[in-house]
Amino acid sequence: MNATDPPKKMTYRDAVREGIRSAMQNDPRVFLMGEDVGHYGGCFAVSRGLLAEFGEDRIRDTPLAESAFVGAGIGAALGGMRPIVEIMTCNFSLLALDQIMNTAASLLHMSGGQFNVPIVIRMATGGGKQLGAQHSHSLEGWYAHIPGLKVLTPATLEDGYGMLASALADPDPVLIFENQTLYIMEGELPANAGPVDISSAKVRREGKDVSILTYGASLPKSLEAAAKLAEQGIHAEVVDLRVLRPLDDATIMSSVAKTHRVLIVDEGWRSGGISAEISARIQEQAFFELDRPVQRLCSAEVPIPYAKHLEQAALPQVESIIAAVQNLVRSHG
Amino acid sequence: MSTALPDHDQARRLLWQMVRIRRFEEKCVEMYSAQKIRGFMHLYIGEEAVATGIIEQLRPEDAIVATYREHGQALVRGMSAGSIMAEMYGKQEGCARGRGGSMHLFDAKTRFCGGNAIVGGGLPLAIGLALADKMQNRKAVTACFFGEGAVAEGEFHESMNLAALWKLPVLFVCENNLYAMGTALRYTESKTEIAKKGDAYNVANAVVDGMDVLAVSEAARKAIATTREGQPFLLECRTYRFRAHSMFDAELYRSKDEVAEWKKRDPITLFFDAMKAANVLSDADYAAVEAEVAKEVDDSVAFAEAGTWEPVEDLTRFVYSEVTPS
Ligand SMILES: Cc1ncc(C[n+]2csc(CCOP(=O)(O)OP(=O)(O)O)c2C)c(N)n1
Repeated sequence: MNATDPPKKMTYRDAVREGIRSAMQNDPRVFLMGEDVGHYGGCFAVSRGLLAEFGEDRIRDTPLAESAFVGAGIGAALGGMRPIVEIMTCNFSLLALDQIMNTAASLLHMSGGQFNVPIVIRMATGGGKQLGAQHSHSLEGWYAHIPGLKVLTPATLEDGYGMLASALADPDPVLIFENQTLYIMEGELPANAGPVDISSAKVRREGKDVSILTYGASLPKSLEAAAKLAEQGIHAEVVDLRVLRPLDDATIMSSVAKTHRVLIVDEGWRSGGISAEISARIQEQAFFELDRPVQRLCSAEVPIPYAKHLEQAALPQVESIIAAVQNLVRSHG
Repeated sequence: MSTALPDHDQARRLLWQMVRIRRFEEKCVEMYSAQKIRGFMHLYIGEEAVATGIIEQLRPEDAIVATYREHGQALVRGMSAGSIMAEMYGKQEGCARGRGGSMHLFDAKTRFCGGNAIVGGGLPLAIGLALADKMQNRKAVTACFFGEGAVAEGEFHESMNLAALWKLPVLFVCENNLYAMGTALRYTESKTEIAKKGDAYNVANAVVDGMDVLAVSEAARKAIATTREGQPFLLECRTYRFRAHSMFDAELYRSKDEVAEWKKRDPITLFFDAMKAANVLSDADYAAVEAEVAKEVDDSVAFAEAGTWEPVEDLTRFVYSEVTPS
């Protein structure tokens, strides 16, 4: 694409697909492998059309065998390829957890630096589509627990498009969590969109009263909440964490130093989750900047339910974000 | 010993490889008792003919995936005994800089891709290595070693299916030593003919006497020929480990008589006696091999002893790559 072209209107799904297309056009070592990625067109329609363009060798349908095809991706990465392995949803990645943790994440260290594993594993994450517990969990925070992995959570079209290229250029295993409610999000992809950095968080909205630290599907919700809060005179800064491992402490702490109040919004569970880690880091590194204890808004600690009202109640929502911020600001001094 | 006789050099080489494994591991036991080596350590003694017969048939461009019982494969593949011994000592001169230990030997130069302590975990990896070779039009094959215990894991079945479906050059080598730790095969498999399981996936297969190095070599030669043409092969080697599962095993699950029976089929003795009877090898050859090996093993210990500890400041190295290839 040319930098002088106008931005393109598309969905997040389209942006992810364009990211895959361009990676495959740019590097013959790149191939996509997973369940239903080819003939079906991708279970979230992300890879629709790619089979016709790149053929069965590079858009490779796999059997329902998560452990084997994720492990095969790891082996292919060792053999000099640049595999993109798609797991339908992160719930099913548990069948491949051994390969991801015991092999992909461990091999470089266990081999004393000899064997890199340049694999990219993409998976859908998150609830909100009434799919019941086994299709709705948010496990990115879990994976962020594992040394040796990088964990990305693209929440914008630029990131949906650009994080893939950056992940493929990275010599280490990278996991990309695409929240399934974001696929239909519409936006504009700049004509000069390209690789993005995968080491830092980004301030998506400036504010002075409170920092909302969030990622994934909770980002658009937090931005909407911030806009409504602004009408009430409360100026929230919204930080998109983008990368859950390694966490960008600098951006987080500088936002804390500016606003002195923190709300973490995380679609994962609270106990032992990534929000707990972030909260602990703020306490360790920026305790004296805080006017109030760090607050967390996470998913209810239940397997995500099917019934719409229960599911919505389980997940962070615009209203609950607004309420949490109001509480945090009002109770000040 | 039914197969054609090897010439003197070949025979000497096979003997040498098997004796190396045997003496190296005996030394490991010594060093383990001296507490120089710690952790889990699994010996290959009794199974030497398998690694020797198979890996001698591979080419330098081929890859190997092995288990935690991999000293034998690593040695035959050409990794130096010193780098392996130093690894077991935990020294930075070890083949994985002391981060792997006995169960995680690695060597990028010889495409020795570990050393995997998850039963069945290496099979998908072998699929991927073979896929990468195929997609890049390389003629290499991947040899994947695993015990009969791994056959009960889903990854065995998932990998057989993928290998046949995608026509991948993987040689699956099942080292059937009859026991998974202390559990005999008959307690874990509804169908104990392992090679036959290949039929369910359209994977060509064969069974071979894993105590007979020539038989293994011959079977491997044929299997690898098929594999090199782009078809997987499952080779079941019937073998036996003479030692306990690991250094912590009291061996309550099998009788001394049973072990003694199998020792009558010691792969080294069996091979040497046959070669001597056929006038291919002499007692002098045997003595020379033992002397060479003794020196190599002693040198490996000296190398490990002289090795150094990686500075603790380097603890977190190699969690992520240090250099980003452009
Ligand atoms: C997934 C997994 N489960 C259990 C173990 C513990 N374990 C280590 S070795 C072993 C027996 C494996 O037997 P087999 O595959 O026949 O290989 P052998 O040790 O006989 O060479 C077991 C159960 C493990 N390492 N990995």
